[in-house]
Amino acid sequence: MVAVKETVEQVKQLDVDQYKYGFSTELEVEKAPKGLSEDIVRFISMKKGEPSWMLDWRLDAFRRWKTMDEPQWARVHYPKIDFNDSYYYAAPKKNAAPKTLDDVDPAILETYKKLGIPLREQELLAGVQTSKIAVDAVFDSVSVVTTFKEELKKAGVIFCSISEAIKDHPDLVKKYLGSVVPVTDNYYATLNCAVFTDGSFVYIPEGTRCPMELSTYFRINEKNTGQFERTLIIAEKGSYVSYLEGCTAPQRDENQLHAAVVELVALDDAEIKYSTVQNWYPGDADGKGGIYNFVTKRGDCRGANSKISWTQVETGSAITWKYPSCILRGDNSRGEFYSIAVSNGYQQVDSGTKMIHLGKNTSSRIISKGISAGHSQNTYRGQVSAHRKATNARNFTNCDSLLIGETCGAHTVPYLESKNASAVFEHEATTSKISEDQLFYCRQRGLSAEEATALIVNGFVKDVLQQLPMEFAVEAQKLISISLEGSVG
Amino acid sequence: MSNIAPLKTEAEQALIAQGSGIAPDRKAAFERFLESGLPHRRVEAYHYTDLRALLKNAPPPAKAGGKVSVTSPLADIDADIITIVDGHYEASLSSTPPKGVTVKMVTTLADDGSAQKSVLSSDPVIALNAAFSDSALDIAIDAKTELVKPLIIRLVTTAAHASYPRVRITVGDHAKAFIVESHEGGVAGSLIDSVLEVRMGDHVVFDHLRLNVVDHAATVLTSFGGAMGKESLCRSHNFIVGGALSRHQIFFRFEGEQSKAEISSASLLNKKQHADSTLVVDHAVPECQSREFFAHVLDDESTGVFQGKIIVRPGAQQTDGKMMSRAIVLEDGATMNNKPELEIFADDVACGHGATVGALDEDLLFYLRARGLPKTEAEALMLQAFVGEALESIEHDGIRDVLEALAEQWLKARSA
Repeated sequence: MVAVKETVEQVKQLDVDQYKYGFSTELEVEKAPKGLSEDIVRFISMKKGEPSWMLDWRLDAFRRWKTMDEPQWARVHYPKIDFNDSYYYAAPKKNAAPKTLDDVDPAILETYKKLGIPLREQELLAGVQTSKIAVDAVFDSVSVVTTFKEELKKAGVIFCSISEAIKDHPDLVKKYLGSVVPVTDNYYATLNCAVFTDGSFVYIPEGTRCPMELSTYFRINEKNTGQFERTLIIAEKGSYVSYLEGCTAPQRDENQLHAAVVELVALDDAEIKYSTVQNWYPGDADGKGGIYNFVTKRGDCRGANSKISWTQVETGSAITWKYPSCILRGDNSRGEFYSIAVSNGYQQVDSGTKMIHLGKNTSSRIISKGISAGHSQNTYRGQVSAHRKATNARNFTNCDSLLIGETCGAHTVPYLESKNASAVFEHEATTSKISEDQLFYCRQRGLSAEEATALIVNGFVKDVLQQLPMEFAVEAQKLISISLEGSVG
Repeated sequence: MSNIAPLKTEAEQALIAQGSGIAPDRKAAFERFLESGLPHRRVEAYHYTDLRALLKNAPPPAKAGGKVSVTSPLADIDADIITIVDGHYEASLSSTPPKGVTVKMVTTLADDGSAQKSVLSSDPVIALNAAFSDSALDIAIDAKTELVKPLIIRLVTTAAHASYPRVRITVGDHAKAFIVESHEGGVAGSLIDSVLEVRMGDHVVFDHLRLNVVDHAATVLTSFGGAMGKESLCRSHNFIVGGALSRHQIFFRFEGEQSKAEISSASLLNKKQHADSTLVVDHAVPECQSREFFAHVLDDESTGVFQGKIIVRPGAQQTDGKMMSRAIVLEDGATMNNKPELEIFADDVACGHGATVGALDEDLLFYLRARGLPKTEAEALMLQAFVGEALESIEHDGIRDVLEALAEQWLKARSA
C-alpha cells in the first residue's frame, strides 16, 4: 500500500535527535562522591538535614536492597547497570533554600522557561488563561521552587517538596510514607527508599477541593546522575486534587537512571487525578544514550467511595518500566488507567497497570493505546485481580496497539485473576496497522497521506487524550506528533 | 535471600534418585530437567501452576503395563485403537493399523537430531518426559491417505506410578486424519507426563482431541507439539473433566503459508481440581490464520488457568489471529487465572484477544426461571450452551455427542 510505505520510509529516516529538550544547562553543582554505599545514604540524609528516624529508614532500605536481585521479567533488554558508576546527589549550588523566585539561579529559571514551564506566578495571572497551576520544580536531586504556596495555604492545602515535608510535617510523612509502596516492594523502589533526594508532597485536607492544578516538573541536568524522586499525595475525606507531572533530560551518550516512587492515598469519598507526560530523553537514532526509567507508582483507594485515576502519555526514555496501579481497598472505590505509549527509534517500553480489587463493589477501567514505530518494542503488561471478598468487582480493559513499520514490535501481556464468583472482568486487545480503508477514505477527501495518518493516530489515542487536563492535552498532542515525526503531519 | 539455592522438594528428590544411572542417550534431557528443577511460580510459564508446590511426590516409572479395567467413554465409536498402558504399548488391546498407516516402536529417541527440529520448547516437563520415556511410538500416515475412522490412542494409567509416553506422528501431504488422545484411569498418586508431537505436511487436514477423564485424584501433564506445512488445516480440541492436577500445553507452529489452525478447549472443574491450559501459537510464516477458543466452568474450590500466547514473527505479514478465553466462576472459592498474550513483530496483521471472567448472566437466568425452570436446571442449560461453543467445531458427530454427554453428566452431578 503506497501511503503506508511512504509513511514507513519517513519513519525510518526519522531523526530521533529531534528531541527538543536535549539541551543542558551550565551550572555550578554540588555532588555527592560517585558511587553507592551507606556513606552516600548518610550523606544524602545529612544534606537534607533529616531527622534520625528518616536516616534509619533509609539505611534499613539500603541494607535490604543489597540482598535483592534486579527483576528480569520485563520485556526490556539493557546491559547490566553499574550502580556504583553514578552520582546519587547533585544540587545546584546556589540553592540555599530560595525564599522567592528572585533567589533562584537565573540559569535554572531560563531552563524552565526554555522548557515552557511557567514558574512566574504573575505570568499566569496576566495571561488569558483562566486556570492556574502551582508548580514544584525539581532540578536534578532537589526541589528548586514551589509556586503559589501562599494561596494554597489559605485553602489548607500543603504543597511542598518532600524534604520540607519531612521537616515540617513529620507526622503525616511517618504515617503515610511507604504505606502504599512498602520499602521492600521491588528492587528499584527499595533503592529509591535509600537514596531519594526530593520530590513533591501534597496534602489536601478534609472536604477541600484543591483550588488549582498542582504540577511537578522534573529535570535531570547533570551528567552521570541518577534521579530518585519520591512523591506522596494524601487526599483526606471528601477532597479532590488534580496533579500533573512532566519530565525531560538533556541529550547525553550515556544512559541515566531514573527510579521514582509515587504513592497516592485517597480516603473516604476522595478523588485523586494524576496525569503524567513523560518525555525523558529517549536516546539517539542508533539507540545510544537515553534515560532508564524504572518507576513504581501506586495509589491506594483506602476509603469508601474513593477514586484514583492515572493518565499517562509516555513518549520518552530509552527504557520504560512503569506500572501505575490502584489498590481498591475501600468499598465502592474506583480505579482508572488511561495510557498512550509511543515508542520510536530503539526505545523499549514495558508499561501497564495493576488493579487489585479488595473491597466490595469496586470497579476499574483500563484504556491503553500503544503506538510502535522504528525499531522499538512496546509492551502492555497489566494485572487485574479480584480477591475472595471483592464481591461485585468490575473491570473493563481495552488495549489497542498500532504498528508503523516492519521492524517494530507490539506486545500485550494481561493477567486476569478472579477469586470471586460475582466479579466480572472483560478484556479485549487488538493489534493492527492503520487500515487501508481509513487512509483511502481520508485521502479521497483531499488529505495528504501524512495528514491522513495524523488524523487516524489522533483518533486512535483520543479516548486517552480526553482524560488529560486541558493544559496537558495540548502538550501531549504535540509530543505525539514530534515522537512520530515523519509519519504524522 | 534469593541467592540461596532452593531446597529440593520431596518430588524433586525422588526424581533425582530415579535418574541416577540413567541411560546415556537420555542423560542430556535429564540434565536439562535438573538445571531448572520442578518449575515454580517465579517461572513465568508456570506462574499459576507451581509444580514445586502442587506435585507432592513423583512415583517411580511403571516397569510394565497393568491390567486395564476402565472402559473408554469413546468405546462405542467406530475407530482404530492404539492402547498404551502405564506408558507401555499394549499390542493385544490395539487394532491393526489401517492402510497407509505404519506404527512402530522406537527405543532410541532422545537427541537424535530431531530435537532441534522439534517445535516442543525447552520445557522442564517435556525434558522430564524425554529423560524417562523408555520408548516412543512412531505413527506415520502416508501422503494422500484419508483415514475414514478416527484413530484413538488410549493412554490408560492403572496404578500409583509414573508413566512417560511419547507419541510422534507424521502426516504426509494431502492426508486427512482424526487422532484422539484419551487419558483414562488413574488413581491417587499416579502421574502421567505425555508428549504428542505431530508434523504435518502440505495440504493436510488434521483433527486432534485430547480428552482427560482420569480419576479426580490423578496428575496429568500433557504436551502437544504441532508443526504444519502450507495450505493445511488443523483443529485441536481439549476436553477436561478429570485429574486433581492437570496441565495441557500446546506448542503450535505454522511453517507453511496459508494454513489455518482452530484450537478449542472446554474445562469443567469442581472440588479442588486444578487445570491449566497453556498455549503458544507461533506464526512463523505469512498469511496464516489461527482461532483459539477456551472455555472454563469452575465450581467449588477449583482453579482454572489459561495462558495463551500468539507470536507473530518478523515478516509473518497478513497474519490473522484471534484468541478468546471465557470463564464462568460459580462459587467464591473457585479461582480463574487468565493470561492471553500477544507478541507481534510484523505490522500488517490483524490480531486480537479477548478474555472474560464472571458469573452466569443474571438476566438470562431470571428469564429461564421466570419460565418455570428450577435454578439448577436453568444454570445447567446455560452452562451447556456455554461449553457447547467450544465443542461445536469438532468434526466427528459421534465424538462430539460423547463429549456433550460427558458435559451433561458433569452438570447433572452438580445439581444432584
